[in-house]
Amino acid sequence: MSKEDAVAFPIPVINEINAPYWESLRHQQLSFQKCAACDNKWLPARTECPRCLSPEIRWVAASGDARLISWVVYRKAFHPSFADRLPYNVAVVELNEGPRLISNIVDLEGLNELAIEMPLQLVVRDEHGVAIPAFRKANT
Amino acid sequence: MRGNVVIAGIGHTSFGRHEGRSTYSLNAEATRNALQDAGIEKERVDGLFVKFPTSNFEFMYGQKLAESMGITPRIGGVWDQGGAANASLIGFASMAIEAGQCDVAVVTFADNPKSGTRQAYQRAWGSDEVFGWFGIPPGYAMIAQRHMQQYGTTAEQLGAISVACRKNGANNPNAQLRKPITLEDYMASDLIVDPLRRDDCCLVSDGGAAVVLMSASKAKELGVEQPVPILGYGQGQTSLEVALRPDLTTTAAKISAQTAFAAAGIKPSDIDVAQIYDCFTITALMTLEDYGFCEAGQGGKFVEDGGIELGGNLPMNTSGGLLSETGMPGMQMVIEGVRQMRGTSYNQVDKAKFCAISNQGGVMHTHSTLILGQ
Repeated sequence: MSKEDAVAFPIPVINEINAPYWESLRHQQLSFQKCAACDNKWLPARTECPRCLSPEIRWVAASGDARLISWVVYRKAFHPSFADRLPYNVAVVELNEGPRLISNIVDLEGLNELAIEMPLQLVVRDEHGVAIPAFRKANT
Repeated sequence: MRGNVVIAGIGHTSFGRHEGRSTYSLNAEATRNALQDAGIEKERVDGLFVKFPTSNFEFMYGQKLAESMGITPRIGGVWDQGGAANASLIGFASMAIEAGQCDVAVVTFADNPKSGTRQAYQRAWGSDEVFGWFGIPPGYAMIAQRHMQQYGTTAEQLGAISVACRKNGANNPNAQLRKPITLEDYMASDLIVDPLRRDDCCLVSDGGAAVVLMSASKAKELGVEQPVPILGYGQGQTSLEVALRPDLTTTAAKISAQTAFAAAGIKPSDIDVAQIYDCFTITALMTLEDYGFCEAGQGGKFVEDGGIELGGNLPMNTSGGLLSETGMPGMQMVIEGVRQMRGTSYNQVDKAKFCAISNQGGVMHTHSTLILGQ
């Protein structure tokens, strides 16, 4: 048995607080939280607004338009599940609505296509049976 | 508060591998050496401030350590701030001394991630494992990439920090890695997580380090031979998650340094020597900018022009830093700062009067600054 088989792929832990986020991805949509009291918008899911501490929170669908803040390319695996994907990228992405998240940039011809501030577009993809957000270069 | 509290003694273990030794044992050796250096008896210690071992969290560690060292502190415990904790604990201990909560404080840290577990450094950040987001170096790489893209900072400029620290460490008989490198060696070292190479990353080390603090008047009363006054200290913190920071190219180092410089009543240009936390080269480069030693975005040029080398404007990490002396989180930099102020460093900066020290933790999440004088 290889090391990869011995370690389970780290699929997200879905709980009461973040369930709407993962449910919306199953419907090809990325959602973020918005405070009903102060209009603050954020990810990941929380139980109180990190700006005004109100518990009055709504889920809002994002447009899917975003931009690239930064990225890295893994040359060594930090987890056995990703050893056969090297080199792979992980990026910080900012949604046009404001919230930032960790994701991957997909459909690249080469890493030299990447540049900070480049416009991105949401692509929902399947990862071990879970719908997760990725981004690709926006059609411009 | 300026200079009211002094560092009266410094002590550490050897740095590298301590197979089979507990962190209690390493703390005890470091504390024994620090008390001996100060020339005072352990019985006088009534404050014990501890950064718990990063690689292995243990409930009530500070209390267990006090018990194992036969100390019953009036004030003490652990502080959880990652790599900023040692410098921060020196600030807290100073406040405690000035507030009359203790007379003689020991601040100590030990860890054994090299011979023991280093699981804490491999973990995922938040719930983003599904994207392959694991480990500490990638967080720093994410910040480095943004800095390089935004300001044109180059790999060669990051390399200049690695080369300078390794050169200083080669001259330090206590350094774990005493092998100088050239910029060519640096550029040839493996990419771990693009844009960071192996030689951008600090060492993994077992070891312990401790300092003894007391008021300047107490040091005089006890006949402490080489007290080094603490002129200022400061702290700061930004978001834990790199992804949630509105600006990746500046950190809480800025507010931390402003607080410390204001307390010390001096400016960055007054600093003669600096010990700047270099867990990764980008950390040191951005700290130089945030401290005001150069403008935002100019860190690359500053280090490339030799500003941080011995003989430069701001000799940095004169014992080798985390890249060469030991990868331990920070106390060794305080100890080297004390040596510089005493005039006893292996890479002594001539006529150095003021030393700035930075410690930081998380992924440039927490920050702590100390300014020492004479």
